[in-house]
Amino acid sequence: MTAKQLAKKLKIQYKKITSDVIEFRGDFTVEILDSNKISEVCRYAKEELAFDYLVDLCTIDNDDEAPRWTVVYHMYSYKHFQHLRLKVSVSEEESKLPSVTSVWRTANWHEREAFDMMGIEFIGHPDLRRILMWEGYPYYPLRKDFPLAGKSSEMPDVAFTDPIPLEGGPFVTSSGCQDSAGREPRSRNPKQ
Amino acid sequence: MAETRNIEVSDSAVRSAEAIDELQDLQGEKMTLNMGPSHPATHGVLRLSLELDGEIISKADPEIGYLHRGDEKIAENMTYNQFIPYTDRLDYLAPLANNVAYALAVEKLLGVEDQMPERCKYIRVICCELARISAHLLGLGAFAMDVGALTVFLHTFNEREKVYNLIEALTGARFTTTYTRIGGLSRDLPEGWTVELGKFTKEVSVAIEEADKLLTRNKIFIDRTKGIGVITRDEAIDFGLTGPNLRGSNIEYDLRKAHPYLVYDQLDFDIPYGEVGDCYDRYLIRMEEMRQSVRILDQCITKLPNGPINIDDGKIVLPHKQKVLSSMEELIHQFMLVTQGQNAPVGEVYFGAENPKGELGFYIFSKGGGVPYRMKIRAPSFVNLSILSHKLPGHMMSDIVAILGSLDFVMGECDR
Repeated sequence: MTAKQLAKKLKIQYKKITSDVIEFRGDFTVEILDSNKISEVCRYAKEELAFDYLVDLCTIDNDDEAPRWTVVYHMYSYKHFQHLRLKVSVSEEESKLPSVTSVWRTANWHEREAFDMMGIEFIGHPDLRRILMWEGYPYYPLRKDFPLAGKSSEMPDVAFTDPIPLEGGPFVTSSGCQDSAGREPRSRNPKQ
Repeated sequence: MAETRNIEVSDSAVRSAEAIDELQDLQGEKMTLNMGPSHPATHGVLRLSLELDGEIISKADPEIGYLHRGDEKIAENMTYNQFIPYTDRLDYLAPLANNVAYALAVEKLLGVEDQMPERCKYIRVICCELARISAHLLGLGAFAMDVGALTVFLHTFNEREKVYNLIEALTGARFTTTYTRIGGLSRDLPEGWTVELGKFTKEVSVAIEEADKLLTRNKIFIDRTKGIGVITRDEAIDFGLTGPNLRGSNIEYDLRKAHPYLVYDQLDFDIPYGEVGDCYDRYLIRMEEMRQSVRILDQCITKLPNGPINIDDGKIVLPHKQKVLSSMEELIHQFMLVTQGQNAPVGEVYFGAENPKGELGFYIFSKGGGVPYRMKIRAPSFVNLSILSHKLPGHMMSDIVAILGSLDFVMGECDR
C-alpha cells in the first residue's frame, strides 16, 4: 500500500477529526483536529495500518499564531515501507495532550525532549522530566520568545547560565576600520 | 619483670559468624552508583545513574544533555548554508556523512534533487562511505578496547589516520569538513585523489581482516559479547533503533536500499543483518558494513563520471567568482544568496539518511525564505540510547561497557 492509501484509510476511520491529506515533495501529512484523540489515532495507525516505527516526534512553536503549538509525529511502516506524518495543534492555554508512550516506547525520550524544550505536557507519560537541560532550569529554550543568546538563570550548587555575548564578548573581534591586529580581542585589554 | 597481658582475640570462625550477623541487615540493600559523565567507556559525556544489587543492575537511568548546544535553535537563526558547519559537530566521527545528509534534506525542500549532477552524487557517496569506514573503525576499536582487547584500537586508529589524510586533501580540514553546499560541493576532487583512495581501500581491507582475526574468534571477546545485551526484533522496532543496532536484531532494513538516495540504487552492495541481536551480532555487522563500504568505494572510483559538481542554478549555488566580477546577473545572485540565502518554498519535509550510527533525519518546517522556521534533527544516538534504561537492568555491572560499546553512540549528536 502506498502512503496515500494508508492516509486515506486513516481518514475514513477518523472522518470527523482529520483534515485532507496534504502532499509535498512526496511526504504525506494528515492533520488531526482533536488533540485529545491523538493517542487513539496513533494506536489505530500502529495496530491496523502497521506503522510500527515512530521515527520522530517534534514540536513547533507558532509564536503569535493561534493555536500556539503543533506536535508532529513521523511514522514509518516496516511492512509497507512508507512514511506518514501526523500533525496536531494544541492551544497555549491547554499546553498538554495525551502521551503516545503506550503505543511506541521510543516516544518516551522524544516526549521528554518536547517537554524540556517547549514546555508541552504529555498526559500519561511515565516519567516526564527534563532531559537535555537540568532539573530546575526555569525556561523552555526552543520557544520563539526565548532569545538566541539565552537568559540568566541560577540554581545554587547545580548550575547557572548567562546570556552569551553576540557582540563585543571577551573572545569576539570588534568590527571597525582598524587593521586585523587592532580588531583582536587582546588589543582591547592589553594588560591581560 | 615483663608484664604479661591477656588480649582477647576471638577466633576466626566466631568472627565470621559475627560478621554474617552484622551483614544480615544489609542484605537486599541496593547501592547507587554514578557512571560518567567522564568515564572512558561512556565515550563522551553520558552519565548513568545505576542502582546495583550486588553486581547485578536493578535500575539504570541515563542522563544526557552535557553536550547540549541548542543546534536546533541556532538553525532557526541562520540561512541553510550557514548551518552546514554545525552539522560537522553532530556526529563528529563522521562529519562528511552529516554534511551530505543535511544538504540532501534541504535540497529535498527546494525540490532540486533531479537537477543534481551525477558527479556530485558519486562524490557524495564516496564521502558517506569514507565516513562510515572511519566511524566504524573507531567504534570497533573503542568497543574492543572497552572489553579488554587494546591492540585492535591501535590498528584501527592507524587506518583512521589515512582516512583523515584523504579528508584533509579533499576538504582542507581533517575534522570539521563542511564539505557540501546546498546544491553541490565546496570543491571538486583534487588531482590524483581517486588513486590515493584506491590505495586506501586496499590497505583498509587488510586492516579489517587483521581486526577480524584479532576479534571474531577471540575466546575472551566472544565470552564478553555473546548473549549479552540481547535486543529482540520487537524491542528494536518499538524503541526506534536504527542503523547497525537495528540490523543486529534480525531486521534487514537499510535506508540506502529501502529508499535509495544519491546513486545507491546503481551500486552493488549487501546489507548484513544479525540473528539474535546481542553485542556480538552488532560487532559482526559493523565489520561487514566496512567491507561493503570498501566495495562501494571501489565501484565509485571506476564509475565516477566527469562533469560539473554543482547545480546550474544561480539562485541555489554561488556563481563562479569570475562571472560575479564581470556580469550583472551573477552579481545579483551572489548578493541575494549571501544576504538572504536560498528562497525555499513554504512546506515541510523530512529526510533521513543512513549514517554510520543510524538514521540521521532532518525535519525542516519552512515558512518560505532563506531561514528554516523550525528544524528538528532526529539523531540516531539519542534514540538508540533510550533503550538503555530498559536493557541494562538484569545485566552484570561489567556488561555495561560491552553494551555501551556495541550500541556505538556519539554524544555530540545525542545532545545536539
